[in-house]
Amino acid sequence: MKDKFDEAIETQIVDATEAPVVRLRSQRKRLFRTFIRNRPAILGVILMLLVVFMALFADDWFIAVFQGRDPQPLLAPYDPLEQDTANRLAPPSREHWMGLDSYGRDMLSRIIYGSRVSLLVGIVSVIIGGVIGALMGLMGGYLGGKTENVLMRAADILMAFPSLIMGLMVLAVLGGGLFNMILAIGIVLAPTFARVAHSSTLSVKQNEYVEAARSIGASNFRIARLHVLPNIVSELVVLASIWIASAIRVEANLSFIGLGVSPPTPAWGSMIRDGTKYLFQAPWVSLFPGLAILITVLAFNLLGDGLRDVLDPKLQN
Amino acid sequence: MIRYIASRLLLAIPTVLAVLTLVFFVVRVIPGDPATAALGDYASQEAVEALREKMGLNDPLYVQYFRFLSDLLRGDLGTSMITGKEISDLVRQVLPYTLELTITAIFIGTILGVPLGIYTARHVNTSIDYIGRVVSLAGLSVPAFYLGILIMLTFAYKIPIFPAVGGGDLTDLNSNLRHLVLPAMTLGLIMTASVTRLTRSAMLNVLKDDYVRTARAKGLSERIVVLRHALRAALVPIVSIIGVWAASLVADSVLTETVFARPGLGKMLVSAIMQRDYTLLQSVMVIYALFVVGINLITDIIYSFVDPRITH
Repeated sequence: MKDKFDEAIETQIVDATEAPVVRLRSQRKRLFRTFIRNRPAILGVILMLLVVFMALFADDWFIAVFQGRDPQPLLAPYDPLEQDTANRLAPPSREHWMGLDSYGRDMLSRIIYGSRVSLLVGIVSVIIGGVIGALMGLMGGYLGGKTENVLMRAADILMAFPSLIMGLMVLAVLGGGLFNMILAIGIVLAPTFARVAHSSTLSVKQNEYVEAARSIGASNFRIARLHVLPNIVSELVVLASIWIASAIRVEANLSFIGLGVSPPTPAWGSMIRDGTKYLFQAPWVSLFPGLAILITVLAFNLLGDGLRDVLDPKLQN
Repeated sequence: MIRYIASRLLLAIPTVLAVLTLVFFVVRVIPGDPATAALGDYASQEAVEALREKMGLNDPLYVQYFRFLSDLLRGDLGTSMITGKEISDLVRQVLPYTLELTITAIFIGTILGVPLGIYTARHVNTSIDYIGRVVSLAGLSVPAFYLGILIMLTFAYKIPIFPAVGGGDLTDLNSNLRHLVLPAMTLGLIMTASVTRLTRSAMLNVLKDDYVRTARAKGLSERIVVLRHALRAALVPIVSIIGVWAASLVADSVLTETVFARPGLGKMLVSAIMQRDYTLLQSVMVIYALFVVGINLITDIIYSFVDPRITH
């Protein structure tokens, strides 16, 4: 028969082996609980999912791919390029909830399709900027010396320009269009990521496990990839969620100026630009796409704010 | 203090040089030949070659670079490739419009944003605070050109009290101010959103501090505690965000100038890009860059007045 002493030892052993896992899981659970209690953040998630849903199911591409035909509008009530020239600039009605534009195209359908450009640019450009910036920051922070000086000064110089001016400058070199715009916004965002990655790398580098890895002969590349990168990635992800909002806004700005995707592809910024010619005559052509931008950017801002609140150690206490 | 300002000025020189270098090379890598762009696609080979020679495009890159720098030092911005006009004259015509717009917007953003931020921080977690937070986040999410359109529809069309487009006559104060109201309101409100948010969080950080509690315990009035003790300490991040916004407003003026069809640097930049006017593009970029470096310098100097410890 076990006595109390044995029992105590057993529980201690069990505790000792399970404790870290339990703590990790409970920490994640706690972060998750803090996040879902943050009502504005949940509102952001819902709005964001709505926009993603709109972009994914604007048409039935996922069936059309298998049947080898052109996709048909699904969520969108009409084809976004179909013109009803007899009813140009018609106001919102039961058939066309958001009215028609100057070519007689259905505004609601164009707004639903337009979500694709905004999301694509927002997400892909942040990924490009994040990867370039993280590499710059990681290399600079880890290697130090001249590499660090050159890379970080380069980031500083790029940051000397406001994002819109920098975006315009890059587009002047590359020319307009969807792909170039994604690249331009990516380049604009890279220095911010580089700075954050750089400062996080500097602090992670001080840890003993990095020292230990180096002492057993691990290469710089291996240490950066296996020991430093995983520890700075969460900070970069939060930054990314915040910057998606900005990327979508910069995309709208550039499209509004006339450097975005080429017509007739629907993009919110260029739709507003087209509408300004008839602003007093048919305000809905500009108002609805603008509302779509506002809601989408707000959704990502709310989400980003929520994530930052959850992960900010000062607020956790 | 003077030593600090002098050191900031000296430190700005390499930044300016780096930024100018960047602009020089960016304009050089733009695809297409500036001479062909100026003369059009149907120009003869001889004419293009002659213009290239005249513009100095056949010289080695480093010669072009040093010529670019020495011209700038003499204040010579060259001539526009499309219109043939002196760029410094063009800039002199539009710069006052952009300057008055930016300065008024910064003024609006500061005098509305700072008090609103203090007020919401004092009433944290009340319904006023929630409304303030949502409104300021919406202000951060709205593109400047869209807010401009909304404001134009409201105050130039529904209630027609201000002119919708144009910059007004610079020599006529009344016309000039009337044309300034709507664009300045657009940029000013966007800045207000950001300044309110930051002032609120900076004040919340400070209001928890011990010396604020001490000030309250001494029996000082809430007004003095907030304005003299808390705000003083929260001012550094507030000044910094105003600086960041000032630089960004200079850029956002591109959008408001487009919406309100107002003359200005931003509109000039867009037309330089659209018409591939390389010399004009280069000069406008240089002016923007100098603006931003200048604003950062001013922000640094204001820091030293707000928090004298910084000078050490």
